[in-house]
Amino acid sequence: MIVVGAGVVGAACAYYAARSGLSVAVVDRGPVAGGTTGAGEGNLLVSDKEPGPELALALLSTRLWRDLAAELPPEIEYETKGGLVVASDEPGMAALRAFRAAQERAGVRSDCLPADRLRDAEPHLAPGLAGGVLYPQDAQVQPALAAAHLLRASGARLHLGAEVTAVLRGPGDAVRGVRTPRGDLLAPAVVNATGTWAGRLAALAGVTVPVLPRRGVVLVTEPLPRVVRRKVYAADYVADVASGSAALQTSAVVEGTPAGPVLIGASRERIGFDRTLSVGVLRRLAAQAAALFPVLAGVQVLRTYQGFRPYLPDHLPAIGPDPRLPGLLHACGHEGAGIGLAPATGRLIAAALTGAPAPLDARPFRPERFAGGAGEG
Amino acid sequence: MTPRRTPADLVRAVPGPAFEIRLDGRPLTALPGQSVAAALWAAGVLSWRTTRRGGRPRGAFCGIGSCFDCLATINGRPNQRACLVPARPGDAVTTQEGHGRADLTV
Repeated sequence: MIVVGAGVVGAACAYYAARSGLSVAVVDRGPVAGGTTGAGEGNLLVSDKEPGPELALALLSTRLWRDLAAELPPEIEYETKGGLVVASDEPGMAALRAFRAAQERAGVRSDCLPADRLRDAEPHLAPGLAGGVLYPQDAQVQPALAAAHLLRASGARLHLGAEVTAVLRGPGDAVRGVRTPRGDLLAPAVVNATGTWAGRLAALAGVTVPVLPRRGVVLVTEPLPRVVRRKVYAADYVADVASGSAALQTSAVVEGTPAGPVLIGASRERIGFDRTLSVGVLRRLAAQAAALFPVLAGVQVLRTYQGFRPYLPDHLPAIGPDPRLPGLLHACGHEGAGIGLAPATGRLIAAALTGAPAPLDARPFRPERFAGGAGEG
Repeated sequence: MTPRRTPADLVRAVPGPAFEIRLDGRPLTALPGQSVAAALWAAGVLSWRTTRRGGRPRGAFCGIGSCFDCLATINGRPNQRACLVPARPGDAVTTQEGHGRADLTV
């Protein structure tokens, strides 16, 4: 099979397909992790997901990442550091408690922290917060290294710097490979793992998958001692993630890294593939992070980076065979959760290709579900 | 033997009067317009930071603000790029141990 896209989702598809005995080639117009994977923070989160298909995918992925961490080298920086969601006032805390209770019934572990215990967990947190919820299953990897080591472990042949210019069809119109400027690659199955650019590859194949870019910016501070132990974020982040609005949303998501810098996100805006630096967005993120961790007000930001989350209108990825074109599969549209959801996605794709039973119900992720004009753009 | 030429000679600079800065309390001479790194180099100091993990010595490498190797604590503020910060009379430069933020450790 051929995987188009050398991000973490493509890498996970290659890894699990190869482990199922398939011969795999991975092709990408750029380098490994050159798109959204390389612009992420590497979060493996269950805390921000309400019960439903995405949470089921995240819970399976959480278990798979733990197995992968045992098999892949320590350079992937897998850390089971846990997440801490904080509420600034009592109504926010009540909403957080209700959210947590629903998640618990779906299999998410968590602990409520009253206000007076918050600073035992995170000593630099601002005073005056109403409380928080601790999620021990939240973890992190270094996303670019994780993708690279997954690819290496898969043994897949890599064709980097080779842009797919056509999806080749064979007898009966079924997919038989892809065309690149360096030659044709032939296989009876092609997986579209091109993330935010998946709509373009789908169009080459004559089908529609309405992926849109949702821009996010991350601030990187100077290296610090471990002033932030977990991934810490404000409760309104969950509402921002679930929102479909094109307008700018920001909510502080703050975390330390093994290398020392603190990473500050998260912004969301749908403005196409515009890379123009927005000082206003940086200012809002910095202010929100300093409100959560006052110590950060005196810390320098060394640089910022940005990326484009692959957004689908119902916030669920497209995973599985495309019934409109035999031989074409999709593994794309994971929005801001692609690193976390990659292993379960890879398992679903491998199961679809080998006829093995699916590890979970894949119907909510049907790639053709937007046919009939439900999408935008 | 040709007399040793300084960078100031090469560009025929006529700097204003020299002033004093301090490195870990030791007085050094700096010229107006010099960066902190240039003043330290001119005084024969090549290292003013130790790395975070191995404690190895570091000083100016790129000299143009890109590599962040020349970080120093200047007037109590850690992680200043010495190659970009202009030296000012009375500046107190401190050799920086690691990230220079040990005060934030919890």
